[in-house]
Amino acid sequence: MVSGPKTLFDKIWESHLVDQQDDGTCLVYIDRQLIHEITSAQAFDGLRQSGRKARRPEANLCVPDHNVPTTPGRGGTDEIEDDESRIQLEVLEKNAAEFGLPYISINDERQGIVHVIGPEQGFTQPGVTLVCGDSHTATHGAFGALAFGVGTSEVEHVLATQTLIQRPAKNMRITVNGSLPAGCTAKDLVLAIIGKIGTAGGTGHVIEYAGPAIEELSMEGRMTVCNMTIEAGARAGLVAPDEKTFEYLKDRPQCPKGAQWEAAVEHWRTLPSDPGATYDIEVELDVSEIVPQVTWGTSPEDEIGITGEVPDPASVDDANRRSAMERSLEYMDLKPGMKMTDIAVDKVFIGSCTNSRIEDMRAAAEIAKGRKVADSVYAMVVPGSGLVKIQAEEEGLDKIFTEAGFHWREPGCSMCLAMNGDMLHPGERSASTSNRNFEGRQGPGGRTHLVSPMMAAAAAIAGHLADVRDLID
Amino acid sequence: MDKFTKLTAVAAPLPIVNCDTDKIIPARFLKTLTRTGLGKNLFDPLRYDPETGEENPDFVLNKPAYRNAEILVAGHNFGCGSSREHAPWALLDYGIRCVISTGFADIFYNNSPKNGILLIKVSPEELDKLMEGAERGANATMTVDLENQEITNADGEKVSFDVDPFKKHCLLNGLDDIGLTLQKETSIESYEEKQKASEPWLYA
Ligand code: SF4
Repeated sequence: MVSGPKTLFDKIWESHLVDQQDDGTCLVYIDRQLIHEITSAQAFDGLRQSGRKARRPEANLCVPDHNVPTTPGRGGTDEIEDDESRIQLEVLEKNAAEFGLPYISINDERQGIVHVIGPEQGFTQPGVTLVCGDSHTATHGAFGALAFGVGTSEVEHVLATQTLIQRPAKNMRITVNGSLPAGCTAKDLVLAIIGKIGTAGGTGHVIEYAGPAIEELSMEGRMTVCNMTIEAGARAGLVAPDEKTFEYLKDRPQCPKGAQWEAAVEHWRTLPSDPGATYDIEVELDVSEIVPQVTWGTSPEDEIGITGEVPDPASVDDANRRSAMERSLEYMDLKPGMKMTDIAVDKVFIGSCTNSRIEDMRAAAEIAKGRKVADSVYAMVVPGSGLVKIQAEEEGLDKIFTEAGFHWREPGCSMCLAMNGDMLHPGERSASTSNRNFEGRQGPGGRTHLVSPMMAAAAAIAGHLADVRDLID
Repeated sequence: MDKFTKLTAVAAPLPIVNCDTDKIIPARFLKTLTRTGLGKNLFDPLRYDPETGEENPDFVLNKPAYRNAEILVAGHNFGCGSSREHAPWALLDYGIRCVISTGFADIFYNNSPKNGILLIKVSPEELDKLMEGAERGANATMTVDLENQEITNADGEKVSFDVDPFKKHCLLNGLDDIGLTLQKETSIESYEEKQKASEPWLYA
């Protein structure tokens, strides 16, 4: 236990300790679990084999997202053509029914990517511990929830016991000063952070994002930042809950109402880190001068401003780093010194749990408005949930996109990862608002450049990576 | 879960830094409903040509000397990226029981021992030596002794390592976490009672 001033992480951690062994191993209570089709079947199987039940069925929420087709007018589960995908969805539905867990089906307007619907439904709340068999669970930290990804064995562990065996993480704070310049978004901010600390920079830590630039962000923006925390290697990301957080959550279906709401808000106000709390690592950066970010390699830390050039491995001293860069450039088919804006793209993907919320749709639509997607590009916009899709359509954003030549799709993970039909073919190159540019992530042999929604829209129009600032005035 | 006590086997060198779980097992193989059968697609993007599907002869596990490797000596930050437990399942299904590196990503670090895979963190200097040992090929084997927390390199040199005592206990005895946790059920119940009183909205 920490004595003296505590961090937000310390407070949540300590208030969830069920038991602590002499060797430091902790049993931590888990308040909420999101479940999707890819990482759960084996967990339910495990429960069945050992004759165990779900301890608190209502503390879970199941939804299919990774495997669902995003084809306009897709039908129900039974209409999914790919046998393995269909079976995986059927199995999730069957498991949810058998263990009595709440389930949102593919036909439900609330269906969407787990990390979009958790907050939308008010399932995500400040101060809770929340897990999901998915590394981007870090997203929910935007609400001041301790949220982290787990493996399937842990999904089963939470179902059976409502706890996890964990060791405490260390505290890291990233203070972001300044104010984002025009053309730069939360995505550019977090790419800049990862570029600074590296993909293993946060290993073993929980990162608390603080400072004026974070406070200024909308809840959507904070979710984008926390979402990519895992790309910096950290277990979880956190932002202290504030009025914006409460405003976002008020009247959400699963949030408390009336006097309970008042009591909850009062509790949530006690969560932010105490003045004088100490961190194992402190990082500070100023984002006032950043330019829109784009990745050139196969790790999210391989980022550079759009005005830059593909870096030269020969200029790097560290031999490991140099050979990793050489391999990346070979895979990406890029030459040192090429201007980033000279890189032509074949596909543009606007979506994923990083950037598929209403604010992202609006930002991309603003760039797409009155313009045309280049003939050489296939561009798709995939809202993160049915509710985002409905709202975007009410605002006429779908029309803006389709008139510009973008494809407007049904909600799901889509081209973020190659398992639902939306993918890159070998050698194809994308500008993508997702979170991972790993080799083969968007399809075997596919090449990914990570960007913000505005930058993705700009690339679709130009036919190559482009500086969105040239399109805004 | 299978016990891990002492293993003497071929070690394959994989000096890739930031080897992510999409490289270990790409998403398109995650449509399975079981924990087994993923070994043939372990390291798929490195092991096979993406267009022809043929084996890439340069990849370490395709070389005759390493086909039966049970230990991997890997570059820093092994297992980063997705939380998929399919990564340790694929390693195990291929026959890998131990991975040695200077660092592992957190989720992978948690997942692996639950499947009977021992992960060992060593210093950069030790990794260099072990990598050299692994590069000697099939005639050279390494021994990993969990009880005594000691690796014997191909040249006979010993490297000792740290291991989380709880993970060690579970691995040595092949214990299942859930069973252990359920022994603490009364603590869980009293935690819930307390929380229900202080934060009733979480139980609405
Ligand atoms: S959108 Fe991508 S990163 Fe997010 S949950 Fe789906 S597959 Fe994972």
